[in-house]
Amino acid sequence: MRNWKGKIVLILMAAGLVLLGCGQEAPKPQAKKAPAAKPAAEKPAAEKPKAPEAEAKPAPAAKAGEKTVIIGFTSSTTGKFKTEGGRQINGLNLWMEQVNAKGGIKLADGTMVKVAFKDYDDESNKDRVQELYTRLINNDKADFLISPYSSGLADASAVIAQQYNKIMITTGAASDSTYKKGYTLIYQAYTPASRYLTGAVDMLAKLAPKSKKIAIIYEKAKFSQDVVNALKAYATSKGFNVVLFEGYDKDTTDFAAFINKIPPKTDAVMGGGHFADTSTLSKQLYEKKVNAKLFAFLVAPPEPKFAEIGEACFAIVGPSQWEPAAKYSAEAAKKEGMDWFGPSVQEFDDSYKTKYGEDPSYHSAGGYAAALILQAAIEKAGSIDTDKVKKALDDMNMMTFFGVTKFDTGKDNHGLQAGHGMVYIQWFKEKGKFDKKIVWPPAAAAANPFVCPAR
Amino acid sequence: MVHQLINSLTDGFLLGFVYGLAAMGLSLIWGVMSVINLAHGPVITVGMLTTYLLFVHLGLNPYLALVVVAGVGLVLGLVIYITAVHRVISAPHLSSLLATFAVNMIILGIFNAVFGGDQNNIDYSLGSLSIDFLNVTYSRLLAALGAVAVTVFLYLYLYFTRTGKSIRAVANNREAAELMGIPSTRVLALSFGLGSLLAAVAGSLISTIFPFTIFSGGPYELKSFVICVLGGLGNPLGALLGGLILGLMEGLIPIWMPTSWVPVVEFGLFVFVLVVKPTGLLGAK
Repeated sequence: MRNWKGKIVLILMAAGLVLLGCGQEAPKPQAKKAPAAKPAAEKPAAEKPKAPEAEAKPAPAAKAGEKTVIIGFTSSTTGKFKTEGGRQINGLNLWMEQVNAKGGIKLADGTMVKVAFKDYDDESNKDRVQELYTRLINNDKADFLISPYSSGLADASAVIAQQYNKIMITTGAASDSTYKKGYTLIYQAYTPASRYLTGAVDMLAKLAPKSKKIAIIYEKAKFSQDVVNALKAYATSKGFNVVLFEGYDKDTTDFAAFINKIPPKTDAVMGGGHFADTSTLSKQLYEKKVNAKLFAFLVAPPEPKFAEIGEACFAIVGPSQWEPAAKYSAEAAKKEGMDWFGPSVQEFDDSYKTKYGEDPSYHSAGGYAAALILQAAIEKAGSIDTDKVKKALDDMNMMTFFGVTKFDTGKDNHGLQAGHGMVYIQWFKEKGKFDKKIVWPPAAAAANPFVCPAR
Repeated sequence: MVHQLINSLTDGFLLGFVYGLAAMGLSLIWGVMSVINLAHGPVITVGMLTTYLLFVHLGLNPYLALVVVAGVGLVLGLVIYITAVHRVISAPHLSSLLATFAVNMIILGIFNAVFGGDQNNIDYSLGSLSIDFLNVTYSRLLAALGAVAVTVFLYLYLYFTRTGKSIRAVANNREAAELMGIPSTRVLALSFGLGSLLAAVAGSLISTIFPFTIFSGGPYELKSFVICVLGGLGNPLGALLGGLILGLMEGLIPIWMPTSWVPVVEFGLFVFVLVVKPTGLLGAK
């Protein structure tokens, strides 16, 4: 009995090794294929000889009647990214529900493919992510991938996607560095980190022209470091003096040491990291009665849940990838000379509220948008073939309820988001209730920004 | 600069009392039965979680919850002692170390299964006290006062009650105490319960100042070790002093160097004290 079991285990292990070997070889032909796709983009005629080979794949499935396209991702349903990650998944689920209700995604040959999600909880843990994405590709046969929330996790998953030749749309991940690694199949839905807080500097210059000193306190994580390094360079170039520039470890809960270090008469405090730490930092800044004209932090302020810290949220500014009051529309797209795709801002907002009973945050919208980008690319390509969808993504220049989507196709930054822009919100207080409004850039603003009153 | 120094020192000093309280629990258990309690961290977390759950579900004021937390800590300590520690109390140290480590893993496992690793925040803000440039949050002030009050109670209990005296007698010499008719098993169990009570109360006080996860007890356990060694293992008053020193250091170090260096200096000091004065500042028990 034992021998028999032992043999099976041995055979399975051997088979696993062979499979692994195949898996690792796979990227090699791809590396040759990818550059080949570029000339194809210039000369559409060159694409033809490839077509039969590519179409051979969906054809047999179409015969079987219903074809489903599997989209794989991991979700941070537990761990420190629970809040943001959860909303992202809400957005994704809403998209799937709506697409499947319409019969699926339409391909060139007229077949409709239904969408199925395959997802696992990554526990907000980098190591789990790589293991699970490999599993999504090898065991669950995912056709396309969407990244988990946060730059760190998305970066970890991108390696796997590229290695196994799968297209991945990253969302909830703004770090620039992922796109500087020569990947060809990773596409970013968010505005990159380098453009996250630079608007806050412009805002400060306009609100309080005499301002000089900026203190930057940030989380030592991939995303926030990308943001603050760009912020520091930008602030310095605009003539500001960065009087404090210090990072905190990711699990910090006591910010007293950092707050005590903020020099007197600092005009603005900026930085932050992710939701949990940034809301704690904001709360402790308030309790310690730190006075500055502007407080601008990452991630937490645009979340509706931020209001739970009470008085401490008042006047705080935060960059947002998207807000329900955003002014993107089919008309605006026409004016800019680009295509419009998907639901209107209003439609998304309403359907989200109906399904989840809460306002969508930008993380929710980002989740939905990632899938929407993929849908647009598949429809344009008319196929679920990786090379064809890749070409559609490279050529993409469209507007959705989430804003503009256009990817950098240069060699150094392939896949980096080039079209999407940030809006800045500030927390107002009206009749004892806290409310966030878009205050920057002026073109998108619903209210005027104000200087934080003395605490 | 002077303002920053005074602000940082005050913050650190106040927090030091709470550190001291947590360390006192560890120190008491070591002092009485020579067991290094590796379940100390999770017990601190129990204090945090109890306060949080009472606050969220029953709306109980976190400072009133201290009484409940003390009860929970005491009972938990008794249970741990009876189930895991008592059998190995006379065995070599490694056995009790492993037993309490197992308890540590069990409690953490249960928490992970039931509550998950999310950050919990007791949303109860009292604002802060400002005197000129000095700014102290009331939560820190109250936590320090709470820690002092508990310490005073402990002192009175150990020195002026009959059971307190038996605890000291057992700590001093278990065999002699038994010969005098002191029921040593009961006293040991009680001491373990008291140690856990102190840890849980410290956890509760910490949860009023900072948000926490189920793993947050761990760093405080480590700090407790440093503090105990600093003040003299098994000497509760030494633990309080050690806590204050550690708190002050945490306030002071970040003024001149990045905060990431704090643990380096802390544990550097730990090694230094072990090498130069292994009995700690106030001497071991």
